[in-house]
Amino acid sequence: MINKIADSIAQALSGTKDGSTVLVGGFGTAGIPSELIEGLIETGARDLTVVNNNAGNGEHGMAALLKAGRVRKIICSFPRQADSYIFDGLYQSGKVELELVPQGNLAERIRAAGAGIGGFFTPTGYGTDLAKLPNGEPKETRLINGKHYVFELPIHADLALIKAEKGDRWGNLVYRKAARNFGPVMAMAAKKTVASVHEVVALGELDPESIVTPGIFVHQVVRIERVATVAGGIKS
Amino acid sequence: MSAIKRDKQALARRVAQDIHEGMTVNLGIGMPTLVANYIAPELEVLLHSENGILGMGAAPAPGQEDYDLINAGKQPVTLKAGGAFFHHADSFSMMRGGHLDICVLGAFQVSVHGDLANWHTGEVGAIPAVGGAMDLAIGAKETWVMMDLMTKTGQSKIVPLCTYPLTGIACVKRVYTDLGTFECSPEGLRLIDCVEGLDEAALAQMMGVTFVH
Repeated sequence: MINKIADSIAQALSGTKDGSTVLVGGFGTAGIPSELIEGLIETGARDLTVVNNNAGNGEHGMAALLKAGRVRKIICSFPRQADSYIFDGLYQSGKVELELVPQGNLAERIRAAGAGIGGFFTPTGYGTDLAKLPNGEPKETRLINGKHYVFELPIHADLALIKAEKGDRWGNLVYRKAARNFGPVMAMAAKKTVASVHEVVALGELDPESIVTPGIFVHQVVRIERVATVAGGIKS
Repeated sequence: MSAIKRDKQALARRVAQDIHEGMTVNLGIGMPTLVANYIAPELEVLLHSENGILGMGAAPAPGQEDYDLINAGKQPVTLKAGGAFFHHADSFSMMRGGHLDICVLGAFQVSVHGDLANWHTGEVGAIPAVGGAMDLAIGAKETWVMMDLMTKTGQSKIVPLCTYPLTGIACVKRVYTDLGTFECSPEGLRLIDCVEGLDEAALAQMMGVTFVH
């Protein structure tokens, strides 16, 4: 019998190694797997490379992981937020490395990893400072049918932490509203994907026409309590 | 000559005038968000949000906020009947793949040829953040900028060449400002309209640019 339902977050995250690359879903207040991030802190794993759209808010979740000194490098599109002071301090004192990636390139680099694509040419970022490698060298470019493109590599990960709405023991997932965001592509791109869900349902209960992430991409499903999400994020 | 500036609301109304039935539009964070308030309610215009929403509706009534349903600026929104949710790679495929008709963005600078600078001032020590700006700038069929024409110190934000770090090259088609509306092209800048109390010669002098016709 295939049973991907984990009894606890600790069980789902056991075996997380130092030096892992970890994809973490979420955008703004939606789809952040906060409980799994707390669980990642509990594992004690350090020297992590974390991939997320943002770089943490306040003192919880991603910010707590950063504050605990577990992150060596963060790959994200939008680190600077009104309450991202934990990241800001670590970045400015050189304690965490930042790879800034345009949001669509971030999603596509993750998708490429999951889809077995060795790299791709994208028009996004062409001619900008983000078309450079970390060492400052320009990324490879190509003119294709009169349009300029930049070569981008996939982002493979050891672990993905995502938040879904419902899941079954085969790992099939459905999401809720805009909390879907990076979940489906991140689930594809990691050696191990752990999804938190608010509801575990019996096999066959999820409409097969509506399953968003098929269980093949998911390794562990953990049920968590629903808690009210509070406002936060960018103050414009 | 004293010009009667468009305030933010008037500027949003001016942008909305050019949005037509059936268009799919992405409104950037900040001032562009106001445009939604002036799209005629009888029009079916689909609003796209980078975090996976098509068919976004107005802000919810107080107490009805759902923090799983937010826009790119992380503010609660609603979904219209017929709206859809999708993941990030699909959402950015809609941009990069040229499926959006229009995106409206803010800017620090726009060059007369349509180069855009809106993501980073390049200031030493500043933490850079790009979000979806670069994907949007080059992805939509038309990228429009909405901003004040002049900086607080009286410099034109439409310039011969951007001095801030670029977001995209030759990607801006139109610039809507408090003093006038402009079109960027490979040949240079065209004036589409300007507010009462200004004319092309006065704008050219203020901005330090020459217009093409």
